Amino acid sequence: MKILKIFIIIFLFISFSQSKADEKNNELKSKILKNIRCLICQGQSIYDSESDFASSIKLIVNRKINEGLKEKQIYAFLREKYGDWVIYEPELNKNTYILWLLPLLLFLFGGAIIYKNIKKNNEK
Amino acid sequence: MKNKLNLFIIIMSLSFCFIVFYKALNNSNIYKPKIKAKLSLPVFDAKDFNSNIYINSEKIFEEDVFYIVNIWASWCVPCRTEHPLLMELSKDLSIKLIGLNYRDKLNNAKKFIYEFGNPYSQIIIDNDGTLSVEFGAYGVPETFIIDKNKMIIKKFVGPINQKIIEEIKLIIK
Repeated sequence: MKILKIFIIIFLFISFSQSKADEKNNELKSKILKNIRCLICQGQSIYDSESDFASSIKLIVNRKINEGLKEKQIYAFLREKYGDWVIYEPELNKNTYILWLLPLLLFLFGGAIIYKNIKKNNEK
Repeated sequence: MKNKLNLFIIIMSLSFCFIVFYKALNNSNIYKPKIKAKLSLPVFDAKDFNSNIYINSEKIFEEDVFYIVNIWASWCVPCRTEHPLLMELSKDLSIKLIGLNYRDKLNNAKKFIYEFGNPYSQIIIDNDGTLSVEFGAYGVPETFIIDKNKMIIKKFVGPINQKIIEEIKLIIK
């Protein structure tokens, strides 16, 4: 009886950890697929698209996750095949630094103007 | 004076926006992925079209020649237009053509080859499209040139034409 109890506990523990791992993998898969652009129906993510290309990419991403590849490694694989544009969120590199720094510069520039105006009004 | 200056600035900015949008809207917004200078040939196992046996990519590309990989399907209309050119290209003995049958029904693909001829020295099957992704393709037809160092050196999206055939011949010279 005791042995049976131990077996049930072990079984429950294994199935629980398995379902947790599956859930984690599914979350990661959705996150990655939502961040990949469909090249056939441009404007849609792979997650939303039903095209042949999208279904192939879904299979590939699934396979890569099961092989143990990390999110960044999967993006790197797709970037190598299709270029930076295939990922919605581009990485910071020499081609994209303007894209990343421009909003920050505009924010600082706008902030400086507002600060100057407030200071001017206070002086009046 | 100040009003005139403001008006001038507004007109200039609007004209600038108009020119930018006019130019940008005239450009095609269909993105075609640019292949890196050279992409290494993927390593894979694929089912052979005739024998249905899995073969390793190293075995497929084992010879010291230029390889042309052509992704095709019997349901793909542009593939029919490029087929006579592939037949012509297959006469060149310094290259080997490998066909990658993309998401196709085997019977239809066999009928296609029977009807239009077989330009390929070997055909491999890509039932789920994942093999094409390994090559960096996103549709049919697409054609890749693989050099003697087993690197993908050129990619052509869409059906090949006479101009592309000339380009291929120039590359493999």
